[in-house]
Amino acid sequence: MKRRDSIKTLLVGGVASATLATTSCRSDSEVLGENTEIKDKGYGRTEAEKLHDEKVQAEICLVEHELNTIATLCDLILPASETAGSATEAGVPEFIDFIVKDLPTHQLPIQGGIMWLDGESNRRFEKQFVDCSNAQQKEILDDIAFWDEEDKTPELHPGRIFFDRMRNLTLTGYYTSKMGINDLGYAGNRPNLWDGVPQEVLDKHGLDYPEAWKPKFINHETRDDAAIWDDNGNLLN
Amino acid sequence: MQIIKTGKIYDAIIVGSGAGGGMSAFIMANAGMKIAVVEAGPYFDPKDPATMTQMKWPWESPRRGASTNRAFGDFDMSYGDWEVEGEPYTQAEGTNFKWWRSRMLGGRTNHWGRISLRFGPTDFKHKDVDGLGENWPIGYDEVKPYYDRLDKLVGVFGTNEGLPNDPDGFFLPPPKPRLHELYYMKGAKKSGVPVIPSRLSILTKRINPERGVCFYCGQCNRSCNAYADFSAGSVFIFPAQKNGQVDLYTNCMVKNITTNDEGLATGVSFINKEDAKEYKLKSKAVVLGASACSSARILLNSKSSQHPNGLGNSSDHVGRYLHDSTGSELSGFIPSLMDRKIYNEDGVGGLHVYSPWWGNNKKLDFPRGYHIEIWGGLGMPAYGFGFGASAMNKYIGEKVGGYGPKLREDVKRFYGASIGIAGRGESIAQYENRCTIDNNTVDRFGIPVLKFNYQWTDYERLQAKHMVDTFEEIIHNMGGTVLGEKPGKEKDYGLLAPGQIIHEVGTTRMGDDPKTSVTNKWQQLHDAKNVYIVDAGPFTSQADKNCTWTIMALSMRASEHLVRQFKKKEI
Repeated sequence: MKRRDSIKTLLVGGVASATLATTSCRSDSEVLGENTEIKDKGYGRTEAEKLHDEKVQAEICLVEHELNTIATLCDLILPASETAGSATEAGVPEFIDFIVKDLPTHQLPIQGGIMWLDGESNRRFEKQFVDCSNAQQKEILDDIAFWDEEDKTPELHPGRIFFDRMRNLTLTGYYTSKMGINDLGYAGNRPNLWDGVPQEVLDKHGLDYPEAWKPKFINHETRDDAAIWDDNGNLLN
Repeated sequence: MQIIKTGKIYDAIIVGSGAGGGMSAFIMANAGMKIAVVEAGPYFDPKDPATMTQMKWPWESPRRGASTNRAFGDFDMSYGDWEVEGEPYTQAEGTNFKWWRSRMLGGRTNHWGRISLRFGPTDFKHKDVDGLGENWPIGYDEVKPYYDRLDKLVGVFGTNEGLPNDPDGFFLPPPKPRLHELYYMKGAKKSGVPVIPSRLSILTKRINPERGVCFYCGQCNRSCNAYADFSAGSVFIFPAQKNGQVDLYTNCMVKNITTNDEGLATGVSFINKEDAKEYKLKSKAVVLGASACSSARILLNSKSSQHPNGLGNSSDHVGRYLHDSTGSELSGFIPSLMDRKIYNEDGVGGLHVYSPWWGNNKKLDFPRGYHIEIWGGLGMPAYGFGFGASAMNKYIGEKVGGYGPKLREDVKRFYGASIGIAGRGESIAQYENRCTIDNNTVDRFGIPVLKFNYQWTDYERLQAKHMVDTFEEIIHNMGGTVLGEKPGKEKDYGLLAPGQIIHEVGTTRMGDDPKTSVTNKWQQLHDAKNVYIVDAGPFTSQADKNCTWTIMALSMRASEHLVRQFKKKEI
């Protein structure tokens, strides 16, 4: 692959290290999180799909300024909490960099949206969005992060539409990362024996299983005994 | 191009390795016949780590499972969907039929919902009830013994309920419902809609030493490496191969069936996708299990002086009466399910409860019924998770939008608080709804493609209206709000395009009269007795059920008939 001297190479170049180090993506970020490596194999791809991934990864779409703006926005949308890292620590900018190439319908709205945002910050503060102070950035976001029910500021609609997309992509990138799934608390994707809703949850919701159904449910104790039925379809073991 | 021939003559060639073809291979190989299975896609074994997606995490995909390459997302185990590269299809004006193809060993059974419902007595003779469509030439009593054997052979969980048109069977024990399913049960009861444990072909208990038992990852659509769900490769093809009776031809796209002077089949002609050459295989019988539309296409492309209108098509009925299940759905937000305690509720891959059809059509403005499927719960996030998370606030009177720590709270508060309710119903087979050969278009292999012509009628639209009205009522009964807009008349009440439910049947329907049907009641072509069809093509009518369990029961029945004819030297 042709290496280009930019963050792009680091972000999409299939670098073999487990952790990607970059200083350009976010001014205060030295090291990105554990999920930033974009794998080109290992999730059950066909040959055609592997080629697709390689092709997408080799493409260049977003430039450094755009990625920096995305990183800044991501961390305003999901800053670190007391127990979980920020969006950039979870690798969200790298995800967005990939997804705008993989799903090109995102491309123009994201790139145009960043231009709009810079236009707005220039209008207000004579600076590009990334160069604004945190307070200035939030002042703009406060105006575009909520829908304008009464249509009082239609001139800000492009910003609202852009921010809604950024918020969606940030949330989806974050909560599909290892860090985000831990933060959410999703407890599945591991072998287990499902035995119904925990009793305390049933109690809280005032629900229970129908009495007539209870004897019919799986008995995990006998799961390995090969099933035997009588002639009428009654399971005997 | 040179056509490569082989001197070997198989007892039978089976086209397709899914539910119908897989079952047929299993039956005929076990009966000692020498079989070739010709599959258009690659070899696939759910156990192979190189292709396996089961137990993968969303972050292992750079697109987090988005549907760029596979219609149901990166981790869904179907190679091919409504679009297959190099294999186009065309539409008559005003038609929007969606044609699903899974090109792989085992076909669609690697990813399907495992919803395994027997057709009931009424389903085979529905014309007697409402005068619409056509009766099957067989009844439930003739199919019941095959369903019974199928239950034990393949495994399906469920409960015997004694319902008149949703027959009992030999069931494995069902899993306990999830929390949102208990809410659904309560909401449905209030509307007089019955709810019973679902019937899925997933092993909640061992049935034989070859297959494992479910470990509740909820990912049957990824095809189970423990063979605890039904996939035709792991359950039929691999066991059929054990005694050396089966030659497997993968990546081989069948072009046509060859015939002799008497009009009987002599084998098939196929394109090997790996060397792009045409081959001919010979056999005493040909079994089509390529899927309803693919089998019709092969027949229509098999023209000869004996069969000038295509093989089996003297009636001009091949491709006609194509029909898919109806489908419409609503999703809802249930405030009582907010702020849930989080625990692992993956369960089996699919719904733990469902509603069989309960209505009385004499009191309704549409014929036939539908069953209800539901989804929801604390699922594994994938691309799309969190989209519109903040928008849910409008349903609890809070401000929509924002950023920062509040968003994290929103995502957690609303996680698991949405449910979806979907109807899958029976449409009436129509003479004009059909697929034909489009001689103006060929696929990558030089084979003329299918052209679809399909229109829904008001029967289906009014059924979809009943669906969304019912689902709205149930969502309200659950204390919830419908998410988004309930589709009205201008949107055909959300009725999905034909083909989208992926239950297409009827293209080679069975019947006693060779003038109005393609196969007889044994799924043998009226026009060539050594050709059988074991996919959903011979279905005279769909039911308010999914078709797979019936495809398999009938494939068992047809394949055993073939074996008997073969042993009697009738073919």
